[in-house]
Amino acid sequence: MDMIKLIIDKKPVEVEKGTSILKAAKNIGIHIPTLCYLNLGDLNIENKPGGCRVCVVEVEGRRNLAPACATDCAEGMVVQTHSIRVLNARKTVVQLILSDHPFDCLVCAKSGNCELQDLAHKLGIREIPYQGEQSTYREDTSPSIIRDIDKCIMCRRCEVMCNEVQTVGVLSAINRGFESVVAPAFEMNLDHSECTYCGQCLNVCPTGALTEVDHTNQLINDLADPEKTVIVQTAPAVRAALGEEFGLEAGTLVTGKMASALRELGFDYIFDTDFAADLTIMEEGTELLDRLTKHLNGDKNVQLPILTSCCPAWVKFFEHHFPEMKEIPSTARSPQQMFGSIAKTYFADKIKVDRKKMVVVSIMPCVAKKYECSRDEFKVDGNPDVDYSVSTRELANLIKQANIDFLGLEDADFDNPMGESTGASVIFGTTGGVIEAAVRTAYEVHTQKELPKVDFEELRGMEGIRSATIDFDGLPISIGIAHGLGNARKLLEDIKAGKSQYHAIEIMACPGGCIGGGGQPYIHGDTSILKARQKAIYQEDAQKTIRKSHENKYVQKLYEEFLGKPMSEKAHHLLHTHYFDRKKEVFID
Amino acid sequence: MTPKNVIDEIKASGLRGRGGGGFPTGLKWEITRNSVSEKKYVVCNADEGDPGAFMDRSILEGDPHSVLEAMAICGYAIGADTGIIYIRAEYPLAIERLKIAIAQARDYGLLGKNIFGSDFNFDIEMRYGAGAFVCGEETALIHSMEGSRGEPTFKPPFPSVEGYLGKPTNVNNVETFANIPTILLKGAKWFAGIGTERSKGTKVFALAGKINNVGLIEVPMGTTLREVIFEIGGGIQNGKKFKAVQTGGPSGGCLTEKHLDTPIEYDTLIEAGSMMGSGGMIVMDEDDCMVSVAKFYLDFTVEESCGKCSPCRIGNKRLYEMLETITKGEGTLETLDKLRTLSNVIKDTALCGLGQTSPNPVLSTMDNFWDEYVQHVEEKKCVAGVCRDLMSYKVIAENCVGCTACARNCPVNCISGGRKEVHLIDQSACIKCGACMEKCKFNAIEIV
Repeated sequence: MDMIKLIIDKKPVEVEKGTSILKAAKNIGIHIPTLCYLNLGDLNIENKPGGCRVCVVEVEGRRNLAPACATDCAEGMVVQTHSIRVLNARKTVVQLILSDHPFDCLVCAKSGNCELQDLAHKLGIREIPYQGEQSTYREDTSPSIIRDIDKCIMCRRCEVMCNEVQTVGVLSAINRGFESVVAPAFEMNLDHSECTYCGQCLNVCPTGALTEVDHTNQLINDLADPEKTVIVQTAPAVRAALGEEFGLEAGTLVTGKMASALRELGFDYIFDTDFAADLTIMEEGTELLDRLTKHLNGDKNVQLPILTSCCPAWVKFFEHHFPEMKEIPSTARSPQQMFGSIAKTYFADKIKVDRKKMVVVSIMPCVAKKYECSRDEFKVDGNPDVDYSVSTRELANLIKQANIDFLGLEDADFDNPMGESTGASVIFGTTGGVIEAAVRTAYEVHTQKELPKVDFEELRGMEGIRSATIDFDGLPISIGIAHGLGNARKLLEDIKAGKSQYHAIEIMACPGGCIGGGGQPYIHGDTSILKARQKAIYQEDAQKTIRKSHENKYVQKLYEEFLGKPMSEKAHHLLHTHYFDRKKEVFID
Repeated sequence: MTPKNVIDEIKASGLRGRGGGGFPTGLKWEITRNSVSEKKYVVCNADEGDPGAFMDRSILEGDPHSVLEAMAICGYAIGADTGIIYIRAEYPLAIERLKIAIAQARDYGLLGKNIFGSDFNFDIEMRYGAGAFVCGEETALIHSMEGSRGEPTFKPPFPSVEGYLGKPTNVNNVETFANIPTILLKGAKWFAGIGTERSKGTKVFALAGKINNVGLIEVPMGTTLREVIFEIGGGIQNGKKFKAVQTGGPSGGCLTEKHLDTPIEYDTLIEAGSMMGSGGMIVMDEDDCMVSVAKFYLDFTVEESCGKCSPCRIGNKRLYEMLETITKGEGTLETLDKLRTLSNVIKDTALCGLGQTSPNPVLSTMDNFWDEYVQHVEEKKCVAGVCRDLMSYKVIAENCVGCTACARNCPVNCISGGRKEVHLIDQSACIKCGACMEKCKFNAIEIV
């Protein structure tokens, strides 16, 4: 390995060839400020366009300043990261960026989480000497994401996420010079584009240019309305991340505190999306076994692999990019929608409340779920099964608004019947979890034997594409897993080319799965947080006494009392869906 | 000649890039040759974009074969079999003639497989630029050829190592290539005999502005600005006084009277505060306001910035706005301070050559015409009479005969006074169009 010696701020440092000045400096405890730079190490994502020029440093012998993020170290280099020349330039660059940025920090959705705000504070900027015209661009609202492009600083992180990581290809820089903005092609609205609403763009946006549609006010009003029965469901990944918003260490489980807080907020029923995840496994697992059996029996009309369908961003992705394959994914609705459908039929009947007076709210780590609620096929006479979805971040905000001392809360339980869940449903929150949960049930149903061990370590991890073969008592079942839509695309291209060997594939749109969703607390580039959340999810699973979906007593009861059996006609009607060819839906305004 | 001989010959000739940077051509070829790769490219940069410059266009329209031949020689020297000409779509005639030339060269076997029975294969394709000035920057040009947004990326890696489609790519400008066949024909020694110690050969300039003979000229390196302007150019139009010459296009600077005896060389021009650039040369006389000249160039760079880096995207816009403040008479000495500080930061921090050089017209005019800037902000005066907001039209009472011609022609009716009365211009309503002065037959209106 080639090593290079150089001097940074009078300190000698030795690094591997090809190391950037930024990283070399970090090795010796010198943190050069950055803005456009983004390094999601564990996910192999690095954005270093060298565009913002905040990380510039002085390199002896060079005519001009060098961006530390994009300049590799060289033997004998002498670098200064805080000379007067550097400090002046850095400050001026940030002042310039601020001179083209709205001054509405006090009411900005990103206030407190804004990297530009932090930087201005860090650099001690107290005035903006360069005043002038500010860029103006129309606001663009979609069911999930708001684009307020006046706040865009052209860091291009969203572009990297949208194009290189997710391969969705909606956001890219357009126009020139001062008029440059990041926008969909031909400046079409986001809701007319192929955007999947995965929300990875807003997760990495350093400012308030990209934020989620906020439903907290609607929720506050509904909770205050005595006419309405408000039911809440919480997704598994929320409990592994919500604590971060209250200063807890990443990976701290706050399931009990969350249930407590929801009760204090005044929800009438505190339920769990996990219940519906168990239900999903019953339907999806049965569908998998059904298709598998038919396939093995030589039925040419049955296609494999079967793909999971829990993730709304993933669903929208294949509807746009692979509509010819829309028969392959499982027809099972997502847990959020199964929950809504059961809540507004089975449960509404039980408590004798008209569905129109019932408000079903979901707490999700996701922004695509907001869009999913709005899809027409999940409405009955215009009334949505799930009225709206709020993100983990929005819930944290709501708890703070309600003056709840979250950290001081006692643990509480979910209500029954729809609050009961198994370990299998908890792991829905991470990449690999849905398929592991499906395997736990499908194995026992297919083999009629009890699993010797419920933990399938071979399905776990953070690699973008993983595969494993699970022995179903002599029948080898080949499983593929992809997280991140770019990885999903690779598996889909293989299927399209007839090269896929898998029986079943799990796909989650966000890197890491739902734990890395677009609605989670911001990680600001620290991917170790995702790992900590993942660990917490598996920890919750391990703590559960029941860890297989088909053993959920209330799910069993639901089938007995209401649905009959998995894939029954009623189940089909309430728990399954169909997909659309959205290729033609993209249009220029 | 072996490929190495060719490179040695070019190196010995001392030829430097004619596109603006002035990088030694032979050295560039050598670096590309030494980059190990199965596939390499030769790219001809024909994205000529400096305002008023058309040297490359004339070469491509007049002798496209010189460029094709040079590209093939370059391919032979560096080990490339594909050449690409990146030409702006606004040059339809050059494109048409290049197409004809390429077809002819293929017919004669000068391009294609096994050229002249040798093992050397070389062919040339064309790509069209959509008129973005920054695409003349080699990394931006390459991104544009790849179908991406035309914006530069940080160097290194240099295109010679990692260029088009990630392969080693030798990018030279049209005029640079056009020198190659002659060098090989007549020898490096002959070529090096022309010009000066550090700048060899000749250079083509597009002479424009307030000069009697405008057009393209080719002069040996080392010719002085005085010779170019007063001998070849025939001096200043209408016997006016020479004020400045702008070289190097929007990235260059303005040189003055005291620089007239400077020999034209890459390094001397930089030392004088300007640069060779691709060969634009605009002459200005006493009627030109240097603040407005700086503003004109800034307007160009603001328009042509790709928007990738903040100093260029926002900084140049702010520079332009400050210059506008000054020309409107709203500037102060503090504005001048800020103008200089910001110019220096942009130079120091911008990503590519366009941004790094965009403040040059501001800095060089401030250095050479400081008094004029101060007059604008302190006395609110533009001696050249260009900045409208700083002028007012006044009636000279003793010359005015009260003919009413001015009042009748004033588009905003702001001139009072009847027949045989001295007229008076209402300054608050005057739009400074100059119609009154033009119509007055008695020299009774002046600009103050």
